[in-house]
Amino acid sequence: MRQVAEGLRAYRMITAMWVRSTMAYRASFAMTLFGNFAATALDFAAILLMFSQVDSLGGYSLPEIAFLYGMTGTSFGLSDLLLGSMDRLGRRVRDGSFDTLLVRPVPVLVQVAADRFALRRLGRITQGVLVLGYGLVAADIDWTVAKVAVTLLALVSGVGIFGAVFVAGAAFQFAAQDASEVQNAFTYGGTTLLQYPPSIFTKDLLRGVTFVLPLAFVNWVPAMYVLGRHYPLALPGWCVLLPPFVAVLCLLLAGLAWRVGLRSYRSTGS
Amino acid sequence: MHAVRLYAVVVVGGFRRYATYRSATLAGVFTNTVFGLILSYTYIALWHERPQLGGYDQADALTYVWLGQGVHAVMAVMGGGFENELIERIRTGDIAIDLYRPADLQFWWFAGDVGRAAFQLLGRGVVPIAFGALVFDLSLPTSPWIWAGFLLALFLGVVVSFALRYLVALSAFWLMDGAGVAQIVALTGMFFSGMLLPLNVFPGVLGEIARILPWSALLQMPADVLLGTYTGAGLLGAYGLQVGWAVVLLGAGRVLQSTATRRVVVQGG
Repeated sequence: MRQVAEGLRAYRMITAMWVRSTMAYRASFAMTLFGNFAATALDFAAILLMFSQVDSLGGYSLPEIAFLYGMTGTSFGLSDLLLGSMDRLGRRVRDGSFDTLLVRPVPVLVQVAADRFALRRLGRITQGVLVLGYGLVAADIDWTVAKVAVTLLALVSGVGIFGAVFVAGAAFQFAAQDASEVQNAFTYGGTTLLQYPPSIFTKDLLRGVTFVLPLAFVNWVPAMYVLGRHYPLALPGWCVLLPPFVAVLCLLLAGLAWRVGLRSYRSTGS
Repeated sequence: MHAVRLYAVVVVGGFRRYATYRSATLAGVFTNTVFGLILSYTYIALWHERPQLGGYDQADALTYVWLGQGVHAVMAVMGGGFENELIERIRTGDIAIDLYRPADLQFWWFAGDVGRAAFQLLGRGVVPIAFGALVFDLSLPTSPWIWAGFLLALFLGVVVSFALRYLVALSAFWLMDGAGVAQIVALTGMFFSGMLLPLNVFPGVLGEIARILPWSALLQMPADVLLGTYTGAGLLGAYGLQVGWAVVLLGAGRVLQSTATRRVVVQGG
């Protein structure tokens, strides 16, 4: 427990340092914050443009898609803020600066996660929350206490599931040092996938993201319950309560992968 | 003759430099393929609702998706080419060394970028398009003339893309940190190149504006040339717009470059 507390303290200190250094160039920070907001806003704009031509996509209305979009956008945004810098690990291994992280008295994972902490990522979270807000208000949902609980639980679990992808992706970079784009396929690709209703994808793809890389638990499975829809795969009803367990399991597996990766690390010698 | 040989060497250098990043290339192909799959299914859903949307049938739309994934890196739509390095050289003051080299600054960086684009076309373009063609019904042309016309449109697209990113890089002379500008231009490019949604699906005035902006030269025009949308005068018009933007933007780069170098303040010692 003490180790965890110390790790969190170190994470706070390193991130605070990066925030101060970002604030040295305020104009640039404001621009990148706006850019981060706009980057995600533009892909929602693309969905809006689609809906200027059609009334539904895969049988889902715009507010329902906004709900799906907002859930994954918010979860992914938070995860990206906390751990999004982990894709720089490969670069550090290549240029040899990773070695300096090993000799400091702070867990390596904490240092890598906090490395170049980017406050501009609040832009993505803001956009996700706004779209989620629109979806919550505009979609036709019969709210119950259970549905509120499922939604909140899924949002938090989503941060954990995406967090596990970030950690596992970083672990992979010990093996393939300049392949950070593979991580993008799972993080950005995953959140793009989840923005759309599951009904438009093939069963094989759905099976893959439900049972193998369980991204479907970020929003699809719980959202089907909230929206009163059927998930295209036959899942028992209690699956809507699975997200927290899926998140913990994913984080444990990712932690294990990280350990294996770190042990296999051989310095480049530069 | 001497100059031709010099720039040819720079082109080859740009090619070889990117060719060394083998696992990065594989990773990029993987990512483009994953995004191609996701986009394909969303486009199928969209064209299921509205067949013939934007004048495309479903096979055209899917061809557009995979082409977009194939040329994403070639056009450096989201940046990631020479411009970060040039910004860094301006920031550190190393640009002063470049300025007294016996080579033209703009042409030097252009040659390197052509090499990069050529590698990205072979390394990251062919595989996603082939994968798309295996999994989905695409409408790829059989006529070699159309493919040749497509390659010309691609090359003109690379010129426009370079000219835009050169302007971004030069902004660092005034702003010192070019990251903000680079990001905003990258986003504009992502949206108006038609990478998210074909420009002919954009409704009304927005669509008309989008189709004459320079970014349409990056993806929409090469795609439409490949899909055989243009014939005769229309085809010349498309090339004309690409060439027009290339001339205007390269010219702007010239002007900015000479203004910047006259007021260059070398940082540090």
